[in-house]
Amino acid sequence: MGRSARDEQQLLETIEEIPLDSLSYHTHSFFLRHKYIAGPYPNDFATWAAIQVRDRVLGEKLGILDPYDFENLEALRTKIVNIIDEHLSQLQIIPRVIYGEPFHFMQSRIIEVPTGLEARTLREFRNILVTVDASVVYYHNFEAILRLGRRMGDFALWIEEQLYLPKLAQKISRLDFYMISLESIRHRIIKLCDEVLEKEIQG
Amino acid sequence: MSRLDDYLEVVPKGTIDFLKRLAEQVKGRKILHINSTKLGGGVAEMLRSHIPLLQDMGVEAEWHIISGTEEFFNATKSFHNSLQGQDQHLSQQMLQTFLEVNRESARRLSFDADYVVIHDPQPAALIENRPIRGKWVWRCHIDISRPQWEIWSFLKQFVVNYDAAVFSLPRFAQRLPIPQFLIYPAIDPLSDKNRPLSPKEQAQILSRLNIPTDKPMLLQVSRFDRFKDPLGVIQTYRLVKKHHNVQLVLAGGEATDDPEGKTVLSEVREAARDDPDIHILLLPPDANLEINALQRAATIVLQKSFREGFGLTVAEAMWKGKPVIGGSAGGITVQLVYGVTGFTVNSAEGAAFRIHHLLDNPEVMTKIGEDAKEYVRQNFFITRKLGDWLALMSYLGRGS
Repeated sequence: MGRSARDEQQLLETIEEIPLDSLSYHTHSFFLRHKYIAGPYPNDFATWAAIQVRDRVLGEKLGILDPYDFENLEALRTKIVNIIDEHLSQLQIIPRVIYGEPFHFMQSRIIEVPTGLEARTLREFRNILVTVDASVVYYHNFEAILRLGRRMGDFALWIEEQLYLPKLAQKISRLDFYMISLESIRHRIIKLCDEVLEKEIQG
Repeated sequence: MSRLDDYLEVVPKGTIDFLKRLAEQVKGRKILHINSTKLGGGVAEMLRSHIPLLQDMGVEAEWHIISGTEEFFNATKSFHNSLQGQDQHLSQQMLQTFLEVNRESARRLSFDADYVVIHDPQPAALIENRPIRGKWVWRCHIDISRPQWEIWSFLKQFVVNYDAAVFSLPRFAQRLPIPQFLIYPAIDPLSDKNRPLSPKEQAQILSRLNIPTDKPMLLQVSRFDRFKDPLGVIQTYRLVKKHHNVQLVLAGGEATDDPEGKTVLSEVREAARDDPDIHILLLPPDANLEINALQRAATIVLQKSFREGFGLTVAEAMWKGKPVIGGSAGGITVQLVYGVTGFTVNSAEGAAFRIHHLLDNPEVMTKIGEDAKEYVRQNFFITRKLGDWLALMSYLGRGS
């Protein structure tokens, strides 16, 4: 976006003004950009405060935020602004970057790409999930809730409504998507599916 | 020439299918890439891999170069240095030469394409001659986070006429009235520079280069350019040499658009004096196998740059499982996650400290090398970059 912040006051003021796409980029798309090694915190504001400003207190306060606890991005923005505002009100000086990098605000555009892959059974679903690009996991779990406003991710919803497996759907939707990597999410969903498939064979 | 399916074995799962699906959105469209050199430097190397893969996916991709005089490349080298923050004097004559070469190139080239991608400042003024059809993108590969204002103002008058600009890092973005996109550069794991080498092949190449294999090797591969700090690397080596019997290899290529290289090379030779453990190699632009063999033979790889567009030699070495110590500059900080995939440092002393630490802890070297390799597979392969470009073309195409 060509906008940046060098201290926490600037960060706060810019967060108040940025479009929601930018807020979404810095709080939700972290996993798409860090598929292999997760950073210290799962949102860019927290990581910047902790690493670049070396303000671990603010890093910790922002790092624990789970964006899926909020009804929409505006509510999330209000919460972030309040946390930073309250934090600054307790300090004599405004923490700023001295040796680190300024915070560079970004914005994202999602381009949907149909994979052409279709599953009709749990086994087909499981086998496809093993092979697809990790961005598929992101799209159907994170984007489904964030942009499409669904009550749970596409995988859980399809398993509940089409396969009539509400317990499995519940288990998948209860996974803490915000604290683990995309590959971990993939592995955990496959494991949950395998447990059900195993019981089917035994039963 | 590699085809997309050749990458199935090395890329993360699902990548190739995803790319093929994404390519369907721009199939049959024509994209034209224009830069200023066919040989030498990261841009030419990337385009050499990028173009055939786009073609393989059904995109009509072409690559053209603008040919300039020595005077033109002297001017654009000053542009380059100035945009990266160095004090430079640019005369009116230099600016005039820049404009004349761009206008002459515009007369020679056809811009009949759906997308025209102009790489770096050298051909940036071609935008003056854009036809009505087609989206024009300025792809800036260099670090312009702190440009000299005078030259950036001059260049900006052209940049604002593009439909979009692409930078390698968020910090390079400028206040511009056009959309700006972030695309990390990437390496080609199947190219001669990165493909696996047999031990015999590697030994033959090292023998041909007269590089002994009886001592741990510190290596820096880069142009002989002050921004890459080759003199700082020699200083680092001397600090390490007090405790470890290592050798240093400085391997640099020459690019046709870099007239300053010879001066820096002579300074490096002077600094190395007659130390038999410092090997200075001036490699031709197509010495890809030689660089591959050197990186595989290295114990620790350095990229001690002050300024860096991205620093792809870092990803090359990481892909070969080597621990890399790099300067805190440009894209090096994105590639080297401190203490996980490598180390960034700010001084010769800092680099020497980390080298000591690694040489004394070989298990740390192994772990960092493994993590570095996987990090490159996930983030810095040409297939990821292809996906980014296809997505950008798809996005820009929607607006037309």
